[in-house]
Amino acid sequence: MSNRRIRILVAKPGLDGHDRGAKVLARAFRDAGFEVIYTGCHQSPEQVVSVAIQEDVDVVGLSCLSGAHKFLFPEVAKQLKEKGAEDIIVIGGGIIPEQDMPALYEAGLKEIFTPGTTLDSIVEWINTNVTARA
Amino acid sequence: MMEDLSKRVLAGDIRAASRLIRNLEDQIPNTHLAMREIFTASSNSHVIGITGAPGAGKSTLTDELIATYRQDKKTIGVLAVDPTSPFSGGAILGDRIRMLRHSEDEAVFVRSLATKGSLGGLSKAVGEGIHVMEALEKEKIIVETCGVGQQEVDIINHAHTVVVVLVPGMGDEIQAIKAGLMEIADIFVINKADRDGAAKLYQELLNIVAMSKKNGSNAKNGWTIPILKVGSVLEPKEFAKSVELLRDKIEEHYKFLIESNLLAERKRRKAAAELNEALWATIFEPVLNELQDQGETEKMVDQLVAREIDPYTLAEEVAQRYMKK
Repeated sequence: MSNRRIRILVAKPGLDGHDRGAKVLARAFRDAGFEVIYTGCHQSPEQVVSVAIQEDVDVVGLSCLSGAHKFLFPEVAKQLKEKGAEDIIVIGGGIIPEQDMPALYEAGLKEIFTPGTTLDSIVEWINTNVTARA
Repeated sequence: MMEDLSKRVLAGDIRAASRLIRNLEDQIPNTHLAMREIFTASSNSHVIGITGAPGAGKSTLTDELIATYRQDKKTIGVLAVDPTSPFSGGAILGDRIRMLRHSEDEAVFVRSLATKGSLGGLSKAVGEGIHVMEALEKEKIIVETCGVGQQEVDIINHAHTVVVVLVPGMGDEIQAIKAGLMEIADIFVINKADRDGAAKLYQELLNIVAMSKKNGSNAKNGWTIPILKVGSVLEPKEFAKSVELLRDKIEEHYKFLIESNLLAERKRRKAAAELNEALWATIFEPVLNELQDQGETEKMVDQLVAREIDPYTLAEEVAQRYMKK
């Protein structure tokens, strides 16, 4: 099992084109020894889910800065479930107001990272909470 | 469990296929049990290799090639290889960012692979990944190699048709006459052909093609390696048109392989490479792992660093010990 690496999809759903954070994260994940599938901006939830399944990822990391997270994040979680892939962990990050969080957790997101979170703490969260599936 | 996976793959289950490829990539024990059924069920897919330097435009070309094959209703499998970090063991697999318009098309299955330390531009799992794609009955399987450079020639062990993608301004004619990448082409593509230096590159490739008639397995059998120019993606219509020409040439090459019986030869080459890999994995790797686990590797390295002994004698000793077993 020693060759197993955590596989993570880094995607930006929706119309928001600010992808610097997502790229920095992708790089940090690479340096942490993860295999990162990077799809960048302007993804529909359907695309995110399809890629997650084709790539057999353990985690989907969504980034959103535009305010559309309330619709987009739950939609990804819902569609994964519909495809029988609810075992894929969904996490999110970006400009997420405190009051939106309960609904996102309710929708199935496992963790939300807001501005000021360090790269190390995100990597650590993943290492603690995600196991590369057998 | 493993056998179950192969049944699901043969029934067309993408999740199972994706998991099986991952198990192959990660060399999970007993994955070969799942591969047995899949191997014998392998079909007659056409495997197309796309290779060339980093930034040559392989992914964008692959994307357009998928689009043009989809117009013909062909089903497509893509294996896209990107490099693993030698430091962290992690990887950023970013090829499919150029192919996202196909991600909702169920007839297109794109899978990213990391090199995981293997050289030659491929991942060790590519050959097996091709069999998984065949089990899914993909008619065209495109393997996009990791753009590592001149020695990226492993693809000839797996692909029936090898497309070498070049861009103008990457070197002089000495580059063009070196061994390696330039020798494995069935089709040359000059990508970004609107750039300076395209005419010169074309001329150099013409020279290579003229000389290769004496060499290369299909050139001497009557295949003239075509040199295609593909324009800028910023002119979408022209770009699409030039990629359609590429598709036609790829198809022509496949037909040539079948009619000249060279396809059989290529299949033998692939089979031999796979046998070689399986022998390696079954005989050599367990020995290596055992030496590693028992700390013997470290000890031998120490001896070498101290110049107490030479690597040939050490290897000889190990060989003798295991040959008797």
